[in-house]
Amino acid sequence: MTASLAGPAPEGGYQFYVTEDPHHHEGHDDHDEHHHETGTRLGFWIYLMSDCLIFGILFAVHAVLGTSYAAGPSPADLFEIDKILLSTFFLLFSSITYGFAVINMQQDKQRAMMLWLIVTGLFGGAFLVMEVLEFQHLWHLGAGPGASAFLSSFWILVGTHGLHVTCGSIWLVVLLVQVQMHGLTHENKRRIMCLSLFWHFLDLIWIGVFSFVYLTGVLL
Amino acid sequence: MASPTASTAAHGADAVNTTHWFWGKLGWDIFPFYDPIILGTFIGTCLLGVAVVGAITYFRLWGYLWKEWFTSIDHKKIGIMYMILGVIMLVRGFADALLMRLHQALASAGYVGFLPAYHYDQVFTVHGVIMIFFVAMPFVTGFMNYVMPLQIGARDVAFPFLNNFSFWLTVSGAVLIMISLFVGEFAATGWLAYPPLSGLTFSPGVGMDYYLWSLNIAGIGTTLSGINLVVTLVKMRAPGMTWMKMPVFCWTTLCTNVLIVATFPVLSATLALLTADRYLGTHFFTNEMGGNPMMYVNLIWIWGHPEVYILTLPIFGIYSEIVPTFCKKRLFGYTSMVYATCVIMILSYIVWLHHFFTMGAGADVNSFFGITTMIISIPTGAKLFNWLFTMYKGRIHYELPMLWTVAFMLTFVVGGMTGVLLAVPPADYVLHNSLFLVAHFHNVIIGGVVFGIFAGINYWWPKAFGFKLHRGWGLVSFWGWVVGFWFAFMPLYILGLMGVTRRLSQFEDTFYGIYFLIALVGALMIGVGVLAFVMQIVVSIWKREELKVGDDPWGGRTLEWSTTSPPPYYNFAFSPRVYELDSWHHMKTEGAARPTKGFVPIHMPHYTSSGIVISGFMTVMGFALIWHVWWLAALTFFASLVWGIAHTFNYNRDYYVPAEEVRAIEAAGNTSIPAAE
Repeated sequence: MTASLAGPAPEGGYQFYVTEDPHHHEGHDDHDEHHHETGTRLGFWIYLMSDCLIFGILFAVHAVLGTSYAAGPSPADLFEIDKILLSTFFLLFSSITYGFAVINMQQDKQRAMMLWLIVTGLFGGAFLVMEVLEFQHLWHLGAGPGASAFLSSFWILVGTHGLHVTCGSIWLVVLLVQVQMHGLTHENKRRIMCLSLFWHFLDLIWIGVFSFVYLTGVLL
Repeated sequence: MASPTASTAAHGADAVNTTHWFWGKLGWDIFPFYDPIILGTFIGTCLLGVAVVGAITYFRLWGYLWKEWFTSIDHKKIGIMYMILGVIMLVRGFADALLMRLHQALASAGYVGFLPAYHYDQVFTVHGVIMIFFVAMPFVTGFMNYVMPLQIGARDVAFPFLNNFSFWLTVSGAVLIMISLFVGEFAATGWLAYPPLSGLTFSPGVGMDYYLWSLNIAGIGTTLSGINLVVTLVKMRAPGMTWMKMPVFCWTTLCTNVLIVATFPVLSATLALLTADRYLGTHFFTNEMGGNPMMYVNLIWIWGHPEVYILTLPIFGIYSEIVPTFCKKRLFGYTSMVYATCVIMILSYIVWLHHFFTMGAGADVNSFFGITTMIISIPTGAKLFNWLFTMYKGRIHYELPMLWTVAFMLTFVVGGMTGVLLAVPPADYVLHNSLFLVAHFHNVIIGGVVFGIFAGINYWWPKAFGFKLHRGWGLVSFWGWVVGFWFAFMPLYILGLMGVTRRLSQFEDTFYGIYFLIALVGALMIGVGVLAFVMQIVVSIWKREELKVGDDPWGGRTLEWSTTSPPPYYNFAFSPRVYELDSWHHMKTEGAARPTKGFVPIHMPHYTSSGIVISGFMTVMGFALIWHVWWLAALTFFASLVWGIAHTFNYNRDYYVPAEEVRAIEAAGNTSIPAAE
């Protein structure tokens, strides 16, 4: 029955097993990492999408609760939009400098790449400092996460993003050490590319936060 | 026996609201041993634990377990460990079910029953949580882990370490739930813990915190495992295996893991927000300060409904493997099976509101979700007809897996039809939260998922261990479960139609007594089925020499049967090349011969202890957070972070199996049973 459904056998008959050596026929060491690398990149993309969904939920929650001020302060009372704009630029510039780092990585310029990564980390750090200052400011105003549903959702959404930037910064430092130790190996390049995706992704999320939480909040 | 301690239990956690800087909420009054049931269980568990630990120590198995199993990143061993976790938790979850059936049978017959209301509430909550998260999920993930890479001709999953880590995170969640039985309490909120009941105001105790941290931690594991298996399927199929030449089980695995990746983050985010409400004083789901409890119900079911299909789809895949094998025909309607699976995957995302039609979202919203729900029955029906047409004029062999499959088809159809009934919003207004609903979802989950789990275990056991499971005990287990199911749940349908709501621990009217009594008899019969299943495994291992079979005992059709049973740790000495659907069947008809020379070194990953160590830290962290022992939580959090970072400094992740070793293993070509399992 199967035979009638099966197509004609290929020329030279069926070769049911891959008998040639898949690993050693091109003669350079890390060839077999190649398939793994594409797997890692796909896996990392899928991870980012799942993370994106978490932010999606937080944005949706903010859409529902964003105007539930509970007779407390509203965005217009709280947000200092010029400072937020400054920290937005810190983060956007950090994405550009990460891009420069990747270009240098592709040209195997390890020193330049590390320098650009350090610049990226400094921008990320500046962003985080701004965020902490803002949170401190809000806390002193009595606008903590428990003050109203709007503030709950604001703190958790912005805080989750900040937590991601913190993780990214720790990862950046770890990677700098690893590149220093092992050079621009295949594995390190893969890791730098993954962090690159992560970093740009956080930028994208921040653009959402800036537009929908801060700008929209102040305008409404 | 409604003990006066019930109220003490309810407010036991209140009594310790002064949090000690070192001990947190921990104190001497946290052990609920005033309850004789818990005390008895505790003593029994301790004795069993001592016996198991003693036996492992006596036979000097710790080193073996650690080196060969706990730190293993072999997808087959991880799959088996998932199955063992599922069996252990099944026994626990079933014990809870028996308690409830026994209690309700007494309570509805004019007695008080033996469970105080607050304890009863914890029992039905923990029963639901365990059965979904720590029984059904581990079983399903175990199957996907063990079988799928073999079916696509791969040597492991895409990220073997991540696989081990995911498993141990799941164990971590299970451990926390088990601890809650003896230390403190569990949530008394129902398995999805709707706020405001689950908020700090109405559930001040640690029970809800056990619920949250257990699922927070296990949820991460499930998401990571989903990513892992999707990448495995996309990137690691054997040469020639195009999408439409993948076995149906692989298709259902793909759809399930896409669903996992697309929904478990929603669960994690939702539970994280509830956690924030309880720990940070936020107002997402509270009644006051602008919180919105109904938002939680929406969010949790956006995860919750796809979850139903996360469980069911792979099981449909199992049936789709079993039916053709035991009917000696290729599967009828492969293509429609694939499309039906994909359609179910998509539709499952747009039906969530049918869980709360009574919320009052309005006629148009309810109609939309009612109609999408009814539509799901079409692809599901297509699947059922495909299996029936495969059986039609087939040479049916009624081996155990096939028996379970037939039982599934008969039972599941009833559950499916009551589901369509519930999908009609006006009918749902009458039946919402009644025992009719309870009977319905047990009908689809037991009749669909659990029967499929047993079918799968009986089907792939010889693959994993080289010997079949004992037929006699298997039949006892089969009849116990199947007949017991009908006795246990048909009365609940009737009770539900009469208006009895779920989660009741006391009854004023003894009129319902007889129905609950019949349900109890059914539960006891299922109990026979559970015990017989355990016996089946014990007897089979005992008689493994008699039950020994060849590599391909059922005349399988897919690639997992083309290697030895049990497979070598590298699965395939040579990657198979695929030309047709059912490629092993094709290889057999074309007379394929396994190469005996030309072996090449095989690239394999090293085992690592990072997964179990980090999960261990996270278990302690969860426990510390539950009991507000902040310093310990911080310490273990940083420990897991540091260990995780240290793990990335290990660049020596893999090695080559020498060609000579592969040749020796292949030459032995044995199907013998490993000593311990």
